Amino acid sequence: MQWKRASSVAAALLLGASLSFGQGSLLNKPAPDFTRTTLDGKSLALSSLRGRVVLLNFWATWCAPCQAELPRFAAWQRQYAAQGFSVVAVSMDDGPEAPRALIRRLQPGFPVVMGDDDLATLYGGVLGLPVSFLIGRDGTVVERIEGETDLAALEARIAKLLASPSSH
Amino acid sequence: MSILRSLALCALLAPLAALPARAQFAEQSQSSASSIPQSHVIQADALNQLLQAGKQKPALLQVGSHLMYMQAHIPGSQYAGPGSQPEGLAKLRTHVAKLPKDQLIVLYCGCCPWNRCPNIGPAYAELARLGYTNMKVLYIAANFGADWVSKGYAVEKGE
Repeated sequence: MQWKRASSVAAALLLGASLSFGQGSLLNKPAPDFTRTTLDGKSLALSSLRGRVVLLNFWATWCAPCQAELPRFAAWQRQYAAQGFSVVAVSMDDGPEAPRALIRRLQPGFPVVMGDDDLATLYGGVLGLPVSFLIGRDGTVVERIEGETDLAALEARIAKLLASPSSH
Repeated sequence: MSILRSLALCALLAPLAALPARAQFAEQSQSSASSIPQSHVIQADALNQLLQAGKQKPALLQVGSHLMYMQAHIPGSQYAGPGSQPEGLAKLRTHVAKLPKDQLIVLYCGCCPWNRCPNIGPAYAELARLGYTNMKVLYIAANFGADWVSKGYAVEKGE
């Protein structure tokens, strides 16, 4: 019994060590590709956006800081789309009803997909919101943005990326 | 022009505060994490030591996102529903129904920064209302990933 308990503790510790959660683990690496159906029923592959600067945003309807970001991201989507900018939002809600209702009203102009354990793990674990990944035109992760962030500064970094198509 | 568009979008979003999915934010001021007495708050290191010592066996309840619970949770903890929603509180009541009122209960969430968490305050308030006296709430400054997992404390994955 003691051996069993010790084994499970060891397994838990190992899992803790193996979880790739952490800052920067995907930096300068190709953004993990995924294909999901958007909340409005279209198929979306992240890799189809290669050549564009992508802001991949993990959010949820219950996340207060996320609510401040979404309208700004929607504005950026409209403002910078012609320069090659796309927002992809991944809802971490436990079901699609709440995000679907919000998106129906918000009409953000960018695709929204439902997240799951696999997708979160693919991106190193999403164990707190908001989390966003800034992805360059070549598909590599330029930045992981966690928690509340200075949106004006983030917009400036996006504009800089858009202005330098040769890098990333 | 883009500023006008942003303003128009903000105006469009304002009524969303009245949506059921947003109702949690209205309640936040009444039962936010900051309303939890300091004497009922436990730091991550202290909880880790308590669990390692094994002398007390608290009822560990995660009261936030199920998706995040599936990714990583404290070993031995149970998912008790999001404290920000009525169905979450109902699930929480079910989880504690058979526990004595003086049972040590540790609540945690970690979905969001402490002062923006919609779940932990209502969950604490509900248990206090039900008469539970021996509660601790895990202080998570930023989120569960940064304040528990990244610090090397034990976690497990799954339902």
